Amino acid sequence: MDFLNGLIALANYVLIPATSYGAQLALGALGVTLVYGILRFSNFAHGDTMAFGTMITILFTWLFQSWGISLGPLPTALLALPLGIIGTALFVLGTDRVVYRFYRRAKAAPVILVIVSMGVMFVMNGLTRFIIGTGEQNFADGSRFLITAGKFKMATGMEEGLAVRTTQVITVVTAVIVVALLFWFLNKTRTGKSMRAFSDNEDLALLSGINPERVVMVTWIIVAGLATIAGVLYGLDKSFKPFTYFQLLLPIFASAVVGGLGNPLGAIGGGFIVAYSEVAVTYAWKKVLGYWLPSALVPDGLAQLMGTDYKYAVSFVILIIVLLFKPTGLFKGKSV
Amino acid sequence: MSAPVKNSLLFLVLAMMFLASALMQSWGAALDMLVVGLASAIMALGVNMQWGYAGLFNVGVMGFSALGSLAMVLIATTARPQAWTAGGWMIPIALAIGAAVVLLAIGLWRWMPKGKVRALALIVLLIVGFIVYRAVFDPGVTAVEAINASAAGNIGGLGVAWFFQLLGASKDTALQLAVWVAWPVGGLIAAGAAWIVAKTALGLRSDYLAIATLGIAEIIVTVLKNEDWLDRGVKNVYGLPRPYPVPQQVDLQQHAGFISWAKSWGLDPTNAANRIVQLEYVVIFAVILIVILTLVELALKSPWGRMMRAIRDNEISAEAMGKDVKARHLQVFVIGSAVIGIAGAMVTSYTGLFSPTTYQPLRWTFLIWVMVIVGGSGNNWGSVLGGLLIYFLWIEVEPVGKWLLALITDPMPNTWALKGHLRESAEQMRLMTMGIVLLLVLRFSPRGLIPEK
Amino acid sequence: MPFLIGEAMTGGYGAADILHDCTIAVDKGQIAVIVGPNGAGKSTAMKAVFGMLNLRKGRVVLDGTDITGLSPQDRVAQGMAFVPQTSNIFTSMTVEENLEMGAFLRRDDIRATIEQIYTLFPILKEKRRQAAGELSGGQRQQVAVGRALMTQPKLLMLDEPTAGVSPIVMDELFDRIIEVARTGISILMVEQNARQALEIADKGYVLVQGANRYTDTGEALLADPEVRRTFLGG
Ligand SMILES: Nc1ncnc2c1ncn2[C@@H]1O[C@H](COP(=O)(O)OP(=O)(O)O)[C@@H](O)[C@H]1O
Ligand SMILES: [Mg+2]
Repeated sequence: MDFLNGLIALANYVLIPATSYGAQLALGALGVTLVYGILRFSNFAHGDTMAFGTMITILFTWLFQSWGISLGPLPTALLALPLGIIGTALFVLGTDRVVYRFYRRAKAAPVILVIVSMGVMFVMNGLTRFIIGTGEQNFADGSRFLITAGKFKMATGMEEGLAVRTTQVITVVTAVIVVALLFWFLNKTRTGKSMRAFSDNEDLALLSGINPERVVMVTWIIVAGLATIAGVLYGLDKSFKPFTYFQLLLPIFASAVVGGLGNPLGAIGGGFIVAYSEVAVTYAWKKVLGYWLPSALVPDGLAQLMGTDYKYAVSFVILIIVLLFKPTGLFKGKSV
Repeated sequence: MSAPVKNSLLFLVLAMMFLASALMQSWGAALDMLVVGLASAIMALGVNMQWGYAGLFNVGVMGFSALGSLAMVLIATTARPQAWTAGGWMIPIALAIGAAVVLLAIGLWRWMPKGKVRALALIVLLIVGFIVYRAVFDPGVTAVEAINASAAGNIGGLGVAWFFQLLGASKDTALQLAVWVAWPVGGLIAAGAAWIVAKTALGLRSDYLAIATLGIAEIIVTVLKNEDWLDRGVKNVYGLPRPYPVPQQVDLQQHAGFISWAKSWGLDPTNAANRIVQLEYVVIFAVILIVILTLVELALKSPWGRMMRAIRDNEISAEAMGKDVKARHLQVFVIGSAVIGIAGAMVTSYTGLFSPTTYQPLRWTFLIWVMVIVGGSGNNWGSVLGGLLIYFLWIEVEPVGKWLLALITDPMPNTWALKGHLRESAEQMRLMTMGIVLLLVLRFSPRGLIPEK
Repeated sequence: MPFLIGEAMTGGYGAADILHDCTIAVDKGQIAVIVGPNGAGKSTAMKAVFGMLNLRKGRVVLDGTDITGLSPQDRVAQGMAFVPQTSNIFTSMTVEENLEMGAFLRRDDIRATIEQIYTLFPILKEKRRQAAGELSGGQRQQVAVGRALMTQPKLLMLDEPTAGVSPIVMDELFDRIIEVARTGISILMVEQNARQALEIADKGYVLVQGANRYTDTGEALLADPEVRRTFLGG
């Protein structure tokens, strides 16, 4: 019984939150990895692209709410999401047209593109803060819980409760659908295959008659979609604040690099590795250990390896270890 | 127009901009921009050494300046012996244990044969090491933080001021003298951190180095925010001293001689005191800037600097010619970070406040990058110009933006929510402006205002 | 007028010219082979013909139309196909996907062409689901040639198709190339193995320092004692 209670506590405080966080990171890392694979640079503006997309979605959510439109138990933001994606895609395509395309044609070094993306990051960050402010926004509506801790306890008679929030389920379900769609697109459609070909061998792709501008355009649209979805899911699950999204850049990069930059499967694996490690290292294990260990062995303290503020340190350490020992990532990315 | 004439003109225009701000806004605001602008120019010099000389992409500027300012807390504050006796002595022991465990782990990895035994030994070592470390560290921290938490709660200064007191200085003077120690120590701390970063991450590709330094900076600031025993964390450290002989404004304002002097010139004593303190900072910062600028210019023109640039332009052929690229990169990365650290300490002693929450990457990392690129990567004079100019813009965009938005929103009826929103958001225009300035320079003048020779 | 001619081509990658007044031509359904020492500019000449190099002088004419101004992609649409010397396959994609990418510009049904390629190179059918990067050297070259044939080109350009493959595989590849030429496709090929290549060549070009040194039928070049001595090792 104690063992089960410990398991429930573990699921409640570690497994479920880390799974939804991992799904969010995976979607973010997929965007970074696609830009890296096709456009061949690390996009520092990705966190702010997520923030921008989320902001547009929030604005439409508010509009729908003011019209009295809702999705019942589901958050209204899901209805606004397509509009958020369209808005972000248009903005990102505009950025490519006025900023990135010039450097692509000039065959600029990747590091120059990274610096350019810093400029784009400033602009997007400023724009987001300008429009929606720097404060925290909660835009999740609908029902908060699928299962509440109280109900779970009543139903099972367990000491420990298990709460599953609607947003967590939505995150995981959405992520699964999005990833399935993305892989179907990349592996089964003509355009998707041409993207992979372009990422694999640009010169040969050109010789085969693949139009680079079209590949780049489709990539940006997909990246905008992934970034917006990742941002909105994160915002629903936690809350929206421009600066937090900028900071997400670190775990997202860590996920992409750990999985192997340029490798979509790796981005997903990396996202979950980073998320589980972050949550596991910053979780106070006392409760779970209290169930699992004989009382003499239960530690006095919280059994927390690091304070929650240090969660970024965790993704960083994973990043460094992987870079030092396996620079192409665990899932074999490209090392351009 | 020859390059020297053009460059002199650029600096002249910059001087006029500061002057215009002094006359149209206030001398206080203009001098404030000048002081921080000079310190920013020093930071830009540090980044320029790394990027302009060596092509190293350091996106962790914020971390190194924050470490520099930590030196102000550790060196230029009074010692707190009761913190040490209460249990503070355990902290350095714990840190030494931690370091020993890490070193041991590295040694184990290097010297044991590859295999399951090594992995197991490593895991056991790390777990046991961590438990021992925490067992010594935690009680020490608890003891230190328990001491008068609202005003102290940290280990205090490391006794440099006390040393000056021994030499006969008064308590306040001793603290002011300690500031002069704190600045180079700030550079040293930053250099130490940079050495560790360089040892692990310098071999990596440029964008990996960028990601790694971005992460390091974030972690450094997190440490400064959370380790209250060290620097009071988010509770901040107030009233940091000014470098000797710059007085505190309040002291000057109450000084009878000064009041009568100011009155004799028809000046308001309060304002005059503030301006004089700022002017003294301008002089000190300018002198330090000139010294550092001279040194880095000499270094650039020396064989060392030429080799640095040769390596940057063609790493492979330089390596083939027998140059130790990695060692050179390590050198320049550490020195550049030290310069950033010194500047970070200087800013902190000007504001008199150590506040880890003020360290935001957009302000402390990316803005410095804008300075370097707009000024001209690889050119030290460019970095100085960029530092002053971009800091000026960073500050001035806000009032100008406010004014502009007021103008735009003026015709809107007051009932519109948009009007209030736009007026409140003026502050955010500076980020957009900086981004646009950076993008425009990169596109139309990629070598910056004063290009590398 | 030959089917394809790169006439009096002069140009290079930067300021310095690599090619000097170099002319390469191939007739309908024939095999033309370019040989020459390392660094002679053979690959550069191929790139020039395919529009991957800016020519300062000279022109390229395909089937009577001047195509000097066309981009490589447009030349693909005009019926040319090119197998570069290096990185000539998509290593992370399967064999079949490589073939599909070769036919990227085609909008009609490509099943039949894929089957033709599989008949030509039966091993590829076996390995169709495998990542091309995992194949052996000879198999990779087959994928590369197969990819280029997917556009059903009228002219196939091959830059050292037998580089790094064993002699047996090389003979096999040459046989396949002859087979392709028999279907009416013109072939322009650069070869390191000059002797074998000239044996199957209708026309041979010996390039030295970016200029034509000898031009004749393959047979005649093989017979020429001067060519034998300097380029074919006696
Ligand atoms: N991409 C390039 N940029 C500049 N020079 C090149 C490039 N490729 C080849 N070269 C130069 O052009 C000359 C001819 O090379 P290449 O055509 O590859 O010779 P081959 O194929 O006959 O061995 C060589 O001197 C080589 O150094
Ligand atoms: Mg060649």
